[in-house]
Amino acid sequence: MFHTVDELAQKIPDGAKVAVPADYAGITMALTRALIRRHAKNLHLVGVPVSGLQSEQLIGAGCVATYESSALTLGEFNPARRFTEALQNRKIKVVDATCPAIHAGLQASQKGAPFMPLRGIIGSDILEHHPDWKVIQNPFSEDEDPVVAIPAIQPDVAIFHAPLADRDGNVWVGRRRELVNMSQASKTALITVEEITDKNLLEDETMAAGTLPSLYVGGIAECKNGTWPLGFWQGQSEDGEHLSHYSEASRTQEGFDQYLQDFVFKGEAL
Amino acid sequence: MSLADERKALICFIAGLLKDCNHVAVGASSPIPGAAALLAKQMWQSPRHVNILGSVKNNFFTNGAQELFDCAAQGRMDAFFLGGGQLDGQANINLMGRGEYPVQSPRWPGTFGSAYLYFLVPKVILFREEHSRRVLVDKVEFISAPGSSDDHVYRHGGPYGLLTNKCFFHFQKEKKKFRLDYIHATSSLEDVLDNTGFEFDYEDIVQTTPAPDPALLACLETDVAQKVQEVYPQFAESVFGDSVK
Repeated sequence: MFHTVDELAQKIPDGAKVAVPADYAGITMALTRALIRRHAKNLHLVGVPVSGLQSEQLIGAGCVATYESSALTLGEFNPARRFTEALQNRKIKVVDATCPAIHAGLQASQKGAPFMPLRGIIGSDILEHHPDWKVIQNPFSEDEDPVVAIPAIQPDVAIFHAPLADRDGNVWVGRRRELVNMSQASKTALITVEEITDKNLLEDETMAAGTLPSLYVGGIAECKNGTWPLGFWQGQSEDGEHLSHYSEASRTQEGFDQYLQDFVFKGEAL
Repeated sequence: MSLADERKALICFIAGLLKDCNHVAVGASSPIPGAAALLAKQMWQSPRHVNILGSVKNNFFTNGAQELFDCAAQGRMDAFFLGGGQLDGQANINLMGRGEYPVQSPRWPGTFGSAYLYFLVPKVILFREEHSRRVLVDKVEFISAPGSSDDHVYRHGGPYGLLTNKCFFHFQKEKKKFRLDYIHATSSLEDVLDNTGFEFDYEDIVQTTPAPDPALLACLETDVAQKVQEVYPQFAESVFGDSVK
């Protein structure tokens, strides 16, 4: 159950479908760098419901075949240059969705159901171009009532960073319930945590309410500041200076490759 | 008028549009709408609930990122804000990019939740500071979310109006067309006509946007400035200066 971050990266095979959360939910940049170090290939990323620097760097490093999400944004450090370059030179396939559809696809997988119907979306060009979605008639309505059917999304693995795990492999995610959805929808979850406690999280009802049980967890690595240079909802703020540096460096592939040399291949930069 | 004062006026204008709402949500990195929602709550205790995505303190959701969308689909959310790289005269919005999809140039971040929320939130306020023919186009090149739908399509929400740094357009649902309601004191009808790429209705004489109510402005500059600082530190400093440091 307990590994180093590079061992966790070994557990994610080439070609895996990998669910990653949005920046506000806790990004495991430590495991992202380990994936780049192990030269992962042909990953299918699912940004839940959007992604940022994590996907940008995996794409820039050539680890990604498909990017499925509702957006890729670096926030105030936009544009995401490696993503844009890969898209424009057709190095990656992009499956563009809308946020609630990503959540709905995962919820269908959580229930072991084939699809989830969703309101809205009809008339959006997103629907025209999406390879999987279908418009169906609401079977319970006598009137014409189209709804969009979103097929289940079952990632091979969900990866994220959380504050706390216990020795039994339970992980505390607080009110970031999308991390629970992601993990339950996926075949397994590989998680980096700020710390590991000797106290069982399920024995305390207050903590248990926000705990992902070890049933869904495939591996944990203790990794302080695992979201760096991104912020973390549990306190740590983003490293703006580093992100500005990244933004400059990533203008060209050469600059990006140098960035990887400096901050990824030479080990953790903290 | 300085840029900071113009932005304060936009915040006060938006706050006035939110007075009749119970629950207002604001997307990440939308400091002007976010500040407006916090201001309306502080000034009138209406809206009662304000949710700012990406903020820890101003976000009361406990069921994960999906709760926002579930809330909207149930009709529990009264107002939301959308922008876009392109907006057209039928209130279609494009958050995806210019040129032929999928290899667009530029490619913008993506559609986010717009293709859903635009259908389900009754008062969607379109907000984009830049008022130019580049942004306000006759027809968007990609419809992330359509401004209107056929009658048989389930639709409980949609565009209320469009606010820019030159004016406010109200969206006429029946006509599927914008009507120019207010021109900001810093602009003119000629300026608006010159810089808008779509057709819209207007009267010979269009009202000037009223100056912010002094009590509202004072509330913004004191009580609310600090709250804005907690969520949008860089923006707060640019608008409120040293008072929020």
